[in-house]
Amino acid sequence: MRRNKALSSTTVAASLLVLTVGFISGYMLATSLSQGQVVTITVTAQTPDGFTVTPQELRGDIIIDGSSTVYPITEAVAEAFMELFPDVSVTVGISGTGGGFKRFVTGESDVNDASRRIEELEMEIARENGVEWIEIPIAIDGLTVAVNMANDWVDCLTIEELKAIWEPGSGVRRWSDVRPEWPDAEIRLYGPGPDSGTFDFFTAKVVGREKASRTDYVASEDDNVLVAGLEAEKYALGYFGYAYYVENRDRIRAVPINADGECVEPSDETIKSFQYPLSRPIFIYVNKEYFEQKPHLQRFVYFYLEKAEGFVEQVGYTPFSELYYRRAVALIKEGVYDRLLDIALIP
Amino acid sequence: MSRVFLMLDKIIHYILLFGISIGVLMLSLLLVTVVTDGWGRLSLGFLTNPPSANPDKAGIAPAFWGSVWVVGLAALISLPLGIATALYLTEFSRHERLNKIIYFNITNLAGVPSVVYGLVGLSFLTYTLGLGRSVIAGAITLAFLILPVIIVASIEAIKAVPELHKLGAYALGANKLQVIARVILPQSLPGALTGGILAVSRALGEAAPLLVISGLLFTRKTPAGLLDQFTVLPLQIFNWVSRPQTAFRELSAAAIIVLLILLLLMNMSAVILRNRLQRRVVE
Repeated sequence: MRRNKALSSTTVAASLLVLTVGFISGYMLATSLSQGQVVTITVTAQTPDGFTVTPQELRGDIIIDGSSTVYPITEAVAEAFMELFPDVSVTVGISGTGGGFKRFVTGESDVNDASRRIEELEMEIARENGVEWIEIPIAIDGLTVAVNMANDWVDCLTIEELKAIWEPGSGVRRWSDVRPEWPDAEIRLYGPGPDSGTFDFFTAKVVGREKASRTDYVASEDDNVLVAGLEAEKYALGYFGYAYYVENRDRIRAVPINADGECVEPSDETIKSFQYPLSRPIFIYVNKEYFEQKPHLQRFVYFYLEKAEGFVEQVGYTPFSELYYRRAVALIKEGVYDRLLDIALIP
Repeated sequence: MSRVFLMLDKIIHYILLFGISIGVLMLSLLLVTVVTDGWGRLSLGFLTNPPSANPDKAGIAPAFWGSVWVVGLAALISLPLGIATALYLTEFSRHERLNKIIYFNITNLAGVPSVVYGLVGLSFLTYTLGLGRSVIAGAITLAFLILPVIIVASIEAIKAVPELHKLGAYALGANKLQVIARVILPQSLPGALTGGILAVSRALGEAAPLLVISGLLFTRKTPAGLLDQFTVLPLQIFNWVSRPQTAFRELSAAAIIVLLILLLLMNMSAVILRNRLQRRVVE
């Protein structure tokens, strides 16, 4: 009996060992496989976009964090970049614009994805830590106000009406509170939560004061939740990023916004021309010191701007003019990058 | 009178049946939706490719190996520590009251929300010790998350070793270490490991503490060292679910299937271990 026990504990130990060995050999196999893949990619990528550094010479890490709105673009760019430069490792986090800036202003990250401009308070902390930055606009997002498909009364909303609905302490409870001829039914509100750059932008633009909003609405950082809510409830109203509207055109309806007496629907055209009043530029912020020190970070930023137009469209946002991206690369190479936003906004 | 009891018997039977069928119904609903959404995305490439902005090329390799690294290391750290703690509390410590206090606190720790461990890990491991958002920081956090469960399971397993066996060994002249190595450990290890495996499979499914430490991360590299950044399966799933395109939600369903299969395998090995233990007791 005793021997039997010793035997079985040996069996347990042996099976554990086999498991460990299996994991390790499996890991090594996978690593060698992925290395094999990388090699073939390098071979096929012999003619990149005409730059002077060969892919093999660049190596290092790039740490990116920040907005979930900008994330899909950066992810696509990072992926394409790593296929060309297999020795550069790019990681892209999603902490929200504000959460990302918290790491950026202490020098913890190289790049911050931002769906709004850097704030005064964040600038102060950056200065204390000696962090300087390059602000690069990379695309335009049109914040979309949407309703249920069965909603046939809302044809247009003014900024004032949106303000009346969303401002803190708003008295709007029913649709008829917005316009008397609209249904006497309770209005159900959906919007992003307070960590989101979308929330910051909407409150600043519509209510007039950043982060000032009524709080009795369904808040979610996950825009899919908002879309699902609008799809299910006839008397719902909500707002979120344009990409989520584009993906769900058949499930929800976008509300045109009144700009100087004319109702403008969000579309690539109206967003690009900023005719749509809730258009906003979105950015990447690059740590200036790291940018000057790290050749692979420079290459990444140029690559980002050179390829931005295609990637921006691919993930559902609106790009700036092609001319802007070329100008931006040239200006950053010259070391002049204070007024990139002004240049981006030239029609 | 007996008729009333018979009725009551029947009613309770149906109430209990109702209870279990709700659980089974929810579970099968979950399985059916996940499998129908994700089945088409499962392939060898899905397991070996890194995530991608193009859903047709996207895979879970970094997240899968990240999970293996972090959870494997957490098991390596917490199993020896947990069993050693249990041995000390049951066989060595002579302070009855202190023992009780420690035991009480350990069982309490098992109920602390996992995100709290994540926050402690973030402030202590990531910032104070300077480990960064690394594999080892994640592994240590998970190790401490599952340690209480392992300790409690080990203590139960050790207590189940018949006193007669121990006393017999002592009577034959064995010293304490020999008794532990030859009598206690062989008999209690399967029980302790069963608890350990269940705890580790909990660690495999944890998203909250690792979300705090590593953040939602896009990376194409599988971790190669203790200080590398990482992502794990639950976080990859979380990342894909929140994307607007339906293709990414299919990918997350496929990743959920992989995670469920892994969990099933681990729980199965725990059941097999437990059966071996029971058979031995019968012997």
